[in-house]
Amino acid sequence: MAEAQSIVLAGADERDLTRIGEYQAIGGYAALAKARGMEREAVVEEISTATLRGRGGAGFPMGRKLSLVQPPEVVGKATYVVANADESEPGAFKDREIIRRVPHRFLEGCLIAAHAIGSRHVFVYIRGEYAAEYEVLKRAADEVRDAGLLDGVTLVIHRGAGAYICGEESALLESLEGERGQPRPRPPFPPVSGLYGSPTLINNVQTLTTVPIILERGGSWYASLGPQASPGTVVYSISGNVERPGNYELPLGTTLRELIYDVGGGIPGGRKLKAIIPGGSSVPVFTPDQIDTPADFDSIQSAGSFLGSAAIIVVDERACMVQLALRVEKFYKHESCGKCTPCREGTRWMVSLLEKIESGRADHSDLDLLRAVCDRMLGKSLCALGDFAVYPVASYVDKYRDEFEAHIDQGGCPYGGESSIEGIAAPVDKHTHSPVAELPA
Amino acid sequence: MSLREEIREAAEPYPDRRSAVMGGLRLAQEQYGGWLPREALVEVAEALDLTPAHVQAVASFYDMFHLAPVGEHVVEVCTNVSCALVGAQQVVEAFERELGVRVGETSEEGNVTLRTIECAGGCGYAPVVVVDHRYREPVRPEDVPRILEELNGG
Repeated sequence: MAEAQSIVLAGADERDLTRIGEYQAIGGYAALAKARGMEREAVVEEISTATLRGRGGAGFPMGRKLSLVQPPEVVGKATYVVANADESEPGAFKDREIIRRVPHRFLEGCLIAAHAIGSRHVFVYIRGEYAAEYEVLKRAADEVRDAGLLDGVTLVIHRGAGAYICGEESALLESLEGERGQPRPRPPFPPVSGLYGSPTLINNVQTLTTVPIILERGGSWYASLGPQASPGTVVYSISGNVERPGNYELPLGTTLRELIYDVGGGIPGGRKLKAIIPGGSSVPVFTPDQIDTPADFDSIQSAGSFLGSAAIIVVDERACMVQLALRVEKFYKHESCGKCTPCREGTRWMVSLLEKIESGRADHSDLDLLRAVCDRMLGKSLCALGDFAVYPVASYVDKYRDEFEAHIDQGGCPYGGESSIEGIAAPVDKHTHSPVAELPA
Repeated sequence: MSLREEIREAAEPYPDRRSAVMGGLRLAQEQYGGWLPREALVEVAEALDLTPAHVQAVASFYDMFHLAPVGEHVVEVCTNVSCALVGAQQVVEAFERELGVRVGETSEEGNVTLRTIECAGGCGYAPVVVVDHRYREPVRPEDVPRILEELNGG
């Protein structure tokens, strides 16, 4: 059984850490004082030694990111820290819990990061739907200011307004600058030219919340936890067909079997496992025989998928994979910002072909066409959404091809209306944010 | 404080007031009864020295800004994967039945708009329903009449 280990959420079960007094009573903001007493290069060095990899999805080492951001006196203008709290990956709900329960640890991490790059400006971009979390964060930010801990740093909490794409860093920056949230071409990357054209450090909530303990206990201590290439803990979000869904902070490298059966309590009703989505809806699916894969960045990637935001969605035997593919693809169609043609048009083609397959009107060439559309979309857009729209569906087709073919051969869904997600509605059935032209018949 | 003053104040923390367009739209939407008629877009534009076209382009991009009237209350059901797997469609249908409307419509008395939304970040407490920006989780079909009673009572 995986041993629970609290770093990010430490102390939140025992105390109300949304209050600054409680947080300071367990040593809160001591790491900030320590960091401010250090040269910023030394702070960067600690975080580099920790091998802290970004918890937002890409797993990029935070230390390397920090070292890419030039200080204001070198670039001759203000530089920025932006915390990405626009959590919207289907299956992920960890940042929400972190903000709700340990907002001060998160803010302390933001302020340490600001010191590390010599920045005087922190922006937190929190998704618009998180209204209760915004209130908690706002109150915490006021407490930090009243306690005199900002030390001249401005802290702005910016609320999103409902757009998955704004979790993508360059779209987030556009949105923060008052534009539609559409990604930018890169390079330049944000550490070179980010917010308002200035060097910008962007990190996920959980990554920043991990920073105080690294300063407190040292980078080598943190690096000794869990797998060597991706040490530390992560908050796994477990959802779908499990007995005990929820957020669980555990060492990276906990196996999917432990997560689903020990931590998550297994599948209700003794039903059979059909599929595991190991990193949020955008990643390739795993089949039940991959259940012993350790859930860390490298192990999941070696097995053909991504850990992403460590959002594990469990799918039991009652779900039709064509319907699942259709529901996932409708999400990406809805959330495609419309800027890059392969993504905007490709998602529409994929939804159209999947609808044809699900309804039994398709022939085998449609399945081949679907797969060909996937191949042609990959790597063709400015941001990863164009790939996220492909990875899951391509993997469902490749790994559950019999089921797709059965729809074609039987002229309809083999579940005969009994699939667990039969008829599921999707927002894109009603509207889209992209310009819409008719698909050719 | 007038809406214009409120928007200007919201713009103060930013190095460029353009950044306050989303905040301005949120304030305007609150004052204009939950949606953004043309006058609201113009008011935001004037407060921030932007063109109404730019403000409309931004407003139309984000799911939480409504460019058509909505009811006094807005009920949103997440139907993304984690919610779908544990019965979100049955929750959608319960709301449709109780309200006598389809998704995307507003009930006869004009007071409840029913929408489906993409992942709200409550996957571990699914199915998630958001009532007037407040999360209710999890919601089962049998909870639906009580939720609507609360809305009508309050």
